[in-house]
Amino acid sequence: MALKDSIAWYHFSAPKNFYPLAGKMIPWFWGLTIVLLVVGLYLSFFVAPTDYKQGESYRIIYIHVPAAWMSMLIYLVMAIYAIIGLAWKVRLADMMASALAPTGAMFTFLALWTGALWGKPTWGTYWVWDARLTSELILLFLYIGFISLQSAIDDPRRAAKASGLLAIVGVINLPIIYFSVQWWNTLHQGASVSPTMEPKMATIMLTTMLIMTFAFWMYTIVIVLMRVRRIILERERQTTWVMELFGGEASGGKGEKGERK
Amino acid sequence: MTDGVTQGGLFAAWRAMLVRDLTLAMRRRADVLTSLFFFVIVVSLFPLGVSPEMAVLRGIAPGVIWVAALLATMLSLGRMFADDHQDGSLEQTLLLPHPLSVLVLAKVLAHWLVSGLPLVLLSPLLGMQLGLEGEAIGLLMLTLLLGTPVLSLIGATGAALTLGVRGGGVLVSLLVLPLYIPVLIFGTGAVDAGISGMDYEGHLSLLGAFLVMALLTTPLATAAALRISVE
Repeated sequence: MALKDSIAWYHFSAPKNFYPLAGKMIPWFWGLTIVLLVVGLYLSFFVAPTDYKQGESYRIIYIHVPAAWMSMLIYLVMAIYAIIGLAWKVRLADMMASALAPTGAMFTFLALWTGALWGKPTWGTYWVWDARLTSELILLFLYIGFISLQSAIDDPRRAAKASGLLAIVGVINLPIIYFSVQWWNTLHQGASVSPTMEPKMATIMLTTMLIMTFAFWMYTIVIVLMRVRRIILERERQTTWVMELFGGEASGGKGEKGERK
Repeated sequence: MTDGVTQGGLFAAWRAMLVRDLTLAMRRRADVLTSLFFFVIVVSLFPLGVSPEMAVLRGIAPGVIWVAALLATMLSLGRMFADDHQDGSLEQTLLLPHPLSVLVLAKVLAHWLVSGLPLVLLSPLLGMQLGLEGEAIGLLMLTLLLGTPVLSLIGATGAALTLGVRGGGVLVSLLVLPLYIPVLIFGTGAVDAGISGMDYEGHLSLLGAFLVMALLTTPLATAAALRISVE
């Protein structure tokens, strides 16, 4: 059983075998994303009760908190793929890491943006140097560093290795940065405004938030699978299986825009 | 010197590398002085940009000097491996039978001696310029003494990652600056606490802890990054 499993892992860790598998998985995850998103948005707009302190504006929490969670989770997953890629030289893991980065950066930006929009009615300002906001901003910087290092190196293998190492360094530093920022915040600001909710959050609110988180999660999987398929095609464009996929001849398509080099 | 490398053990190689880097730096003093003057100029811009009031300046002095130190360190990171990479001696270093991470430490030490230590020595002058007094200046020097080696250590990893990459100079700042944040926070925090008469030992201990951790981990990361960049 275990042996069989490991063979399946090896089989699908080859980009050639993973490409069709990802293609088959995408519609399913699309379905999940849409169902969860519809249910989650319905709950957050129509079912979840109005907050007695913040009124309707608090509803942005159903985007904000899941986006913030996803931004952190994606960085972690990215670092894990980077470790796998560097330690066992699995090319697919490198590709997954680079496919995750833009989505992670997007969620980080979304969390910051919705946080600003939420902060205006609640705290009266778009931005405070709150510990969480600041560390989220730093997380965005780390993502940007990862993406720009990768795009600055032409050789894809070297780019994957270098940015993978950067992701690992970043993930080790992340807790240190987080706690430093938290301590800095308490030192500088005393009792600052903080987005903590009432300790007992209504169950329906929590459920909604979890559903939205899963919706974002599934969305991430879909987008990452789609992106990794593109990356596979781009990096494996010299191989026979990619050429066969696009019409058999080595010279590529028939005047379509797909024929680069 | 080459005899030391071939005959002697790790320590001989280590010392040879340190001496070589220091000699090279001394023969190109202009490079060293540039980042030092950069440090002085950046700090001097703040009174012009913010306010010449000593009370205001005293409040921002630790932060200003620390940020300037971060930027000045970054400015000199490019030199750490770039020349060796260009003339091929980096590849020779990689072929040595000694552990690369230990040899990297010699290069980092040379970098710190050339670009970190001068900042520490110059900081009292700039501190006085911004209205810091007695104990605060001593504290500022102490935090810089503990913090700038961490900057060199982390910076080495960034410099190794961006070796030979186009736009490497700007890129290294993008990679390294977010990682510098904890050092900045506790470096300025200690001085601020000292000025307002609070306990600052916790900050110093944490800076020391960062230094120890950076000493243990970054040479490994730098060595790995060098192998990636050179292969």
